[in-house]
Amino acid sequence: MRIACPHCGPRGVDEFSYLGDATLTRPASDAPEAAFADYVYFRDNPAGEHRELWQHASGCQSWLVVTRDTRTHAISQVEAARDVALARSKGAA
Amino acid sequence: MSTDRYSIFSVLREALRGHTGWKPAWRSPDPKPSYDVVIVGGGGHGLATAHYLAKTYGVRNVAVLEKGWIGGGNVGRNTTIVRSNYLLAGNIPFYEHSMKLWEGLEQDLNYNAMVSQRGVVNLFHSDGQRDAYVRRGTAMRMHGVDSELLDVAELKRILPMLDFDNARFPIKGALRQKRGGTVRHDAVAWGYARSADGFGVDIIQNCEVTGFRIEDGRIKGVETSRGFIGAGKVGLSTAGNSSRVAAMAGMRLPIESHVLQAFVSEGIKPFIDTVCTFGAGHFYISQSDKGGLVFGGDIDGYNSYAQRGNLPTVEDVCEGGMAVMPQIGRVRMLRSWGGIMDMSMDGSPIIDATPVQGLYLNAGWCYGGFKATPAAGDCFAHLIARDAPHPVAAAYRLDRFATGRLIDEKGVGAQPNLH
Repeated sequence: MRIACPHCGPRGVDEFSYLGDATLTRPASDAPEAAFADYVYFRDNPAGEHRELWQHASGCQSWLVVTRDTRTHAISQVEAARDVALARSKGAA
Repeated sequence: MSTDRYSIFSVLREALRGHTGWKPAWRSPDPKPSYDVVIVGGGGHGLATAHYLAKTYGVRNVAVLEKGWIGGGNVGRNTTIVRSNYLLAGNIPFYEHSMKLWEGLEQDLNYNAMVSQRGVVNLFHSDGQRDAYVRRGTAMRMHGVDSELLDVAELKRILPMLDFDNARFPIKGALRQKRGGTVRHDAVAWGYARSADGFGVDIIQNCEVTGFRIEDGRIKGVETSRGFIGAGKVGLSTAGNSSRVAAMAGMRLPIESHVLQAFVSEGIKPFIDTVCTFGAGHFYISQSDKGGLVFGGDIDGYNSYAQRGNLPTVEDVCEGGMAVMPQIGRVRMLRSWGGIMDMSMDGSPIIDATPVQGLYLNAGWCYGGFKATPAAGDCFAHLIARDAPHPVAAAYRLDRFATGRLIDEKGVGAQPNLH
């Protein structure tokens, strides 16, 4: 598996470390406990397209949002996590 | 029982008859319109659940639905190791219950599962690791489980081939559980299937569950590729795919699916007569009765349903092996394969009722599901039959993630790829 880092180009997966589901949103600080339990522990875990956070740890160290099919490992999109977060906050504003 | 009893006499009789009298080990029935209990998933756990439901708890109107074939999933994809060398109070009694069931399994099933208590040796390489293993071994003995600390001299006698003076990972000793060992994995599936079938359980292969019928919060049955099957109670035992199956019942689980690879070498003469684990990396090895070295290491570390992994993990596992027993570098690798693990958020399993009445969940086995097979089956059967958790599995609750009663054996937090 190779991930095309937007800054460094295509690199082997061993240069990257994995965090998990990129679609989770941290609840507001006054949200009920159940919302935090849900955020910390519960996952959709789809068989198919999965948006997930990777860090190019042995490269430029930037965080990435990778869209990947969990049934085939085929990667369809790699974005800088910063861009995704900015787009999300603009959408919310 | 509809099956013949296996014995030295049946072997001799068949030898004289040219082996023409053996019957299939289990039937291939068409599904009935409804059952008291339907188990989804014909893996080791599902088949064991059916066996104990019928034999121990007297529930015999049971079907096991398997989307593929018996033995084609994770029960045929593991490294066959059994052990009960756990640390935490929520875990030790459960895995020891499993160990005891392994010890009596072949008599219980009348089936040769090749249970081999050849011992499990966990190497340590530093003072800190020695302390951790002393603590673990003591916890085990306090729960009545055997464990012993081995010094280097004793270890050299048992495993002379180890690279004791490795500059980076010198071997300082080991924790051993003598009662641990290996069990022939396929035979476990076949033995439980044959026994359950003998009690009248219907094992239905090539039957995929596609949905659940739930009315007023209560389970009524399952939709399958072979039509609707009514059920008083339904047990999910589909580790690897638990999230997908639970989603059909409207549930979201504290689980990620990850791929774990395992490997076998070409067959060689007797080399290692115990199970040995490397403590500085993640590598475990034993030798099969055919002579192949069976070994594995870490999961690949990303969500996957692909049943195959990537090369960096292969390299990492082999480097672990070379660091502890460099002579295996001369042996060629024969096969590698991948299985899909339910990686739970605290590294421990779930055996519990669900918010849907009559629907029960057995999931989250990470990569420790095989050794748990008998106890998971017994405890899940207990839960389904009596609507109360088995005492040794009482901590494996689904709501522990909300209440904070986690069982985090490794202490790494809610990061499934680190468990």
